Amino acid sequence: MTLGLIPLAVLMWAVTYPSRALPMLAPGIERLPAWTVSYLRLAGPAALAALAAVNCLLTAGNPPTLLVGVEPVAVAGCVLVVARTRLLLPGVLAAVVLVALARAIGVAA
Amino acid sequence: MGCADTVEESRRQLTRDAMAIAAYALPVGLVYGLAALQAHFTLLDVVVTCLVVLAGGAQFAAAGLVKGGAPWLAIAGVTALVNARHLLYSAAVAPYTAERPRRERAFMAHFLTDETFALSLAHFRRIGRFDAPGYWVAALVIFVPWTLGSTVGYLAGGAVDTRLLGLDVAFPAAMAGLSLGMVSRRRDVAAALGAVAVAVPIGLVGGVSAGLVAGALLGPLFGLAVPASATDESSAPETPEPSAEAGLP
Repeated sequence: MTLGLIPLAVLMWAVTYPSRALPMLAPGIERLPAWTVSYLRLAGPAALAALAAVNCLLTAGNPPTLLVGVEPVAVAGCVLVVARTRLLLPGVLAAVVLVALARAIGVAA
Repeated sequence: MGCADTVEESRRQLTRDAMAIAAYALPVGLVYGLAALQAHFTLLDVVVTCLVVLAGGAQFAAAGLVKGGAPWLAIAGVTALVNARHLLYSAAVAPYTAERPRRERAFMAHFLTDETFALSLAHFRRIGRFDAPGYWVAALVIFVPWTLGSTVGYLAGGAVDTRLLGLDVAFPAAMAGLSLGMVSRRRDVAAALGAVAVAVPIGLVGGVSAGLVAGALLGPLFGLAVPASATDESSAPETPEPSAEAGLP
């Protein structure tokens, strides 16, 4: 039997749990320098924006190239819908429908 | 109104709010299940990741990175960055949990997601103290539907042509939307745009993983370079803003 990605899940837990537990278990540890708190606050949106960008703007090849197609347009559409509704699911659905339609009528590969 | 009435009323409000979040977490879990399927996770991987990590943004990120063949160390680094905000949540909840046994606090911490934080802190503030049943309602209301939705999404995704249905775009779209859900201040916008500006060119030269890690690490510096606005200044660590609208743990 192979463990697959279970060790990765444990590794992810190991870097997540301290953030959740330390201030509750060791009061006072949260008194970080102001710039550290600001950096931590900004790390979430930065990491997810970078992730979205490399996944919709770059191809999976090695080396990657810029992706030209309906996918970046669909992701932009998702952003617009989420900005308007503040809900993730309608945005994702809009992107999926747009890509499926574009492929169905032959304007996207 | 007596103290007991106040607690009961607050619990009822907590339950109403929690049901709305549960109704949303289930379908977003479906999307995660599909993303994990495309990244060649096994069903066991999906379930264990939901139970052990319980962090939607990081789980989505890991699925994309695994699919791209990123090293596990890079995935751990991105996970740590994405979940670093939990430090602020935990600090905000800590005054209410200080009198609880250490072992109970250690166990509760595992479930401290965006939604659990938002629901439980609001409840504690309404009643002015810690309430264990309230905390566990807030925790389970995201834990159960997220895990169930992910499992169903994975199983259902195997039965359809995900590319034909456009489901392959669900992952980057979810990431972009989730990022937007975390952006509420000028500095957030600068950090997100800075991360994109770094990630894409470095990704073109050094590969997708290098671009992602560079964007995640350097993006916040763009945000820090922007002078703090009034809303930035008012967001003290006591009141971090969770991305509860996104419906992710």
